[in-house]
Amino acid sequence: MSRIEARFKALRASRRKALIPYVTAGDPHPGFTVPLLHGLVDAGADIVEIGVPFSDPIGDGPVIQMACERALAHHIGLDDVLAMVRDFRSRDADTPVVLMGYMNPIEVMGHRRFADEAAAAGVDGVLTVDMPPEEMGDFSDCLAAAGLDPIFLIAPTTTEERIRLICDNARGFVYYVSLKGVTGADTMDVDTVAGRVDSIHAVTGLPVGVGFGISSPEMAAKMSRASDAVIVGSVLVRRIAEHGGDDESTLRDVTGLLRAMREAMDTEAEVPA
Amino acid sequence: MSTMSEPAREPIDFSSYPDASGHFGPYGGCFVPETLMTAIRELTEAYARYRLDAEFLAEFDNDCTQFVGRPSPLYLARRWTEKVGGARIYLKREDLNHTGAHKINNALGQALLAKRMGKRRVIAETGAGQHGVATATVAARLGMECVVYMGAEDIQRQSPNVFRMRLLGAEVVPVTSGTRTLKDALNEAMRDWVTNVDETFYIIGTVAGPHPYPMMVRDFQSIIGRETRHQILEQEGRLPDALVACVGGGSNAIGLFHPFLFDSEVQLHGVEAGGYGIDTGQHAAPLCAGKPGVLHGNRTYLMEDEWGQIMGTHSISAGLDYPGVGPEHAWLKDIKRAVYTSVTDDEAMAGFHELTRTEGIIPALETAHALFYAGQLAREMGPGRSIVVNLSGRGDKDLQTVANREGITL
Ligand SMILES: Cc1ncc(COP(=O)(O)O)c(C=O)c1O
Repeated sequence: MSRIEARFKALRASRRKALIPYVTAGDPHPGFTVPLLHGLVDAGADIVEIGVPFSDPIGDGPVIQMACERALAHHIGLDDVLAMVRDFRSRDADTPVVLMGYMNPIEVMGHRRFADEAAAAGVDGVLTVDMPPEEMGDFSDCLAAAGLDPIFLIAPTTTEERIRLICDNARGFVYYVSLKGVTGADTMDVDTVAGRVDSIHAVTGLPVGVGFGISSPEMAAKMSRASDAVIVGSVLVRRIAEHGGDDESTLRDVTGLLRAMREAMDTEAEVPA
Repeated sequence: MSTMSEPAREPIDFSSYPDASGHFGPYGGCFVPETLMTAIRELTEAYARYRLDAEFLAEFDNDCTQFVGRPSPLYLARRWTEKVGGARIYLKREDLNHTGAHKINNALGQALLAKRMGKRRVIAETGAGQHGVATATVAARLGMECVVYMGAEDIQRQSPNVFRMRLLGAEVVPVTSGTRTLKDALNEAMRDWVTNVDETFYIIGTVAGPHPYPMMVRDFQSIIGRETRHQILEQEGRLPDALVACVGGGSNAIGLFHPFLFDSEVQLHGVEAGGYGIDTGQHAAPLCAGKPGVLHGNRTYLMEDEWGQIMGTHSISAGLDYPGVGPEHAWLKDIKRAVYTSVTDDEAMAGFHELTRTEGIIPALETAHALFYAGQLAREMGPGRSIVVNLSGRGDKDLQTVANREGITL
């Protein structure tokens, strides 16, 4: 059983929903990332999602674009990101790690080498935003051979036929994009999302996470009722960007926000349906 | 090129490329976020229906004649040919099209498709501004809302075109992310499309992007090569020995080349932007000096660093300043059906002045790259042979750049 699968199983047993924070590796500087990841876990993260910086992140809004640019100013490459995961793993053997990014850095490293090195570093799942199931080819086999879970996005516009295709190719969980737009946008209707999540559940036994645009503890709580996991990214990254203070106070502020989300979600879980 | 020891290869059926999922050998494909997949499917299906629809094609042909001014002449550059003293040089006069470049062929085709799909809003990216102007033009004519994304850097370089777009009613949005040039404008247009996917049609300006764009843009631009074929047979009585075109994303080049792919005796030469020189790293020549990777929806040759980050490019011409290239060119390079070279900024300037003074035609700086190379090729080939150069656009938009470079205040 993969670490991701085990984590969802344990959560289900305790009737809790997963909280998955996203941060861009190397933002605002390389030394910040690993302490931040530990801080996020302490604040209640069940899985951590690490963004691999890319020069042309077409699926991301301005907040994460700027995070990529800040990280790239420090020349953070895929090998640096894997080194951060290794470092994180040396103190945390249990929390699943998902890498989220774009295909080209992986193309350069080579599909097989990437899969092997990522697994060795302690990565559990890989979400490549611009790689649909149809184009996976040998990459799919490389991930499987290394024991990595391929994570895919499902959009509001995704047809039922494609939902099936995606779920057939996914492991770990699937990621429902709760709005039409790029990361960081903020229009979303909880009932609509709940309906879509139900229709994905009708097709797959995989857990369904919801993300894009979740920006407050209240919204996280509502979304957690409608799904198996809540993914929060831009709101945390924006905090990092706007924080003028030192590393310590930035970390306190970002983890504080995540903790508030955790508490709101856990309170929501106790409210009878 | 086959040698005696290699087994005879099956001739390639170029008409069967790309395959159904948009691949040219290992290149092309459809690498986009799931948020765009349904829109791409819808576009693929609509295009599959209309590309063979007699009424749609008749509308396109009629607009090409009545609105664009086609066919464009195939002009024998007599004085330039004499001066060079080699092969006869013909110019395919895409600069004479309405709006002054080949870009209108494609913008028109896609806008007509958008209309049939019931989209009322079109968006585009632009580098030199030629594609933006072409899109704004057809949008004005069809009564569609139009938004053009343009790198902040390019807005500076190509200000006359920015004004033209605004006159035509388009909103021009400056893009300040990344390198502030064409690639970033493309990123921003993709993000707009993801967000406004229901009512918006994205008119990509070159043979890049996810399937079906490289195929669709090629099909619309192939009118260049089809006309050329007919015209050269009329004027020379035989096919040309070589075709030459500049390559940014590669749309004017593939438009000229495609109807000649089966004619193995016709050499195909693509000319990339050599910038300050390939060895300086400051250029925009992915086919000459890049490596395969994935960007903007397809697998192709890219300019990237050792970690797969896309590099900033440099060219004197905004329209060639792009780190990728259409996937069909990547494939034609690998199978050696076409050859790709590069021409520096300085050489392009020489080509620009040469044509202006000997033929009375002021070419776009993009085109000037192809012209410089064509002059050399004509000399090498010698008399008795013929070359067609795609004169992809006129140079009015570049006058400021040329003046600045030569220290002249306008
Ligand atoms: C006149 C002209 N030629 C060539 C190009 C390069 O584009 P492509 O390689 O797609 O023909 C441009 C792009 O703006 C252009 O304006």
